[in-house]
Amino acid sequence: MANSHHSHDAASHEPASHGSFKSYMVGFVLSIILTAIPFGLVMFPTISKVATLWIVLIFAAVQVIVHLVYFLHLDRSAAQRNNVIAFAFAGLVIVLLVGLSTWIMFSIHTAMMAK
Amino acid sequence: MSNLVFDGAKGHDHGHDHEHDHGHHDAGEMKIYGFWIYLMTDCILFASIFAIYAVLVNNVAGGPAGHDIFELPYVLGETACLLLSSITYGFAMLAMHKGNKSGVLGWLFVTFLFGLGFIGMEVNEFHLLISEGYGPNRSGFLSAFFTLVGTHGLHVTSGLIWMAIMMYQVSKHGLTNTNQTRLSMLSLFWHFLDVVWICVFTVVYLMGTI
Repeated sequence: MANSHHSHDAASHEPASHGSFKSYMVGFVLSIILTAIPFGLVMFPTISKVATLWIVLIFAAVQVIVHLVYFLHLDRSAAQRNNVIAFAFAGLVIVLLVGLSTWIMFSIHTAMMAK
Repeated sequence: MSNLVFDGAKGHDHGHDHEHDHGHHDAGEMKIYGFWIYLMTDCILFASIFAIYAVLVNNVAGGPAGHDIFELPYVLGETACLLLSSITYGFAMLAMHKGNKSGVLGWLFVTFLFGLGFIGMEVNEFHLLISEGYGPNRSGFLSAFFTLVGTHGLHVTSGLIWMAIMMYQVSKHGLTNTNQTRLSMLSLFWHFLDVVWICVFTVVYLMGTI
C-alpha cells in the first residue's frame, strides 16, 4: 500500500536531492577515510609538521565537500541552484570575515611587537 | 487525490486532504529553503567564533596549550559518534521516502543515541578540564575553546531535543507532509552540524596537537 502512495511523492519531489542508500554509503566510507588519515598522521607523527598541517587542512576541505554533496545533497541540479547560490554567498562572507579579521589581528600583533 | 497520504497519516490528515496536493509541497520546499538560509547565517556565526579562536589560540596566559589538554583518541570517539549519527539519519530519510514509519522511528532512535553519546562525551571532557582548573576563565585560549566547542555542543543538544519531538510527532501523526518537511529540515541541521564538527576537530584538536 505504501508503495503505490510513495510513487506519487517521489514524482513531485526532485529525485536528485534525495540521495540513495548507495550515495549515503559512499559519503560515509569517504568520510571515514578522510577522518582516519589526518587523525593517524597527527597521533603517530611520521612526516614533517608542515606537511602534516597541509594534509590535515586539505583533507578537512575535501571532507566538507563530501558531506555537502553526499549528505546535504548540494549539486548542480535546478532544484538545488538557490541553495548553492546561498551557500556560495555565505562562503564569500566567511572568507572575508575570517580572512580579514585574522589578517588585521595578526598585523596588529606584529606591529605591536608582542613577540 | 484525497487518499494520497502515507499509511501512518490516515485518519489524522482529513484537514489537509484538500490543500496538500498543490500548495503544500511547494510550501514545504519553500520552508526547507528558508531553513537552509538560516543554516547559512549559522555558518557565519560559527565562522566568527572560529576567527576569535584563531586570534586567541596562542594566548595561554601561562596555562595549558592545546597539545597539553587534548586527547586525540577521545576526540576520535566523539567524531565516530557524530559520523555514525549522520549516516543513520540518512537511513531515516531513506525510510521516510519509502513511507516506512517504523524504519524512520528506529533510525531516528539510533541517531538520537549516537548524538547523546557525543554530548555525553563532550560534557565529560568539559567537566574534567574545569575540575583540573582549566575552565573558560583560565586563559584567552580556553575561553575561545569553550565558546567554540560549546556552541557546537549546544547546537547538537538542540538537534537532539528536536529529534525527540519528531519521534513523538511521527509516532503519533505518522509521516504526514508536514512531518516530512520537518524531518527534511532536521536532516539539513544534523548534517550541517557534522560539517561544523569537521572544522572543529581539524582547527582545534588536530592543528592544536601538531
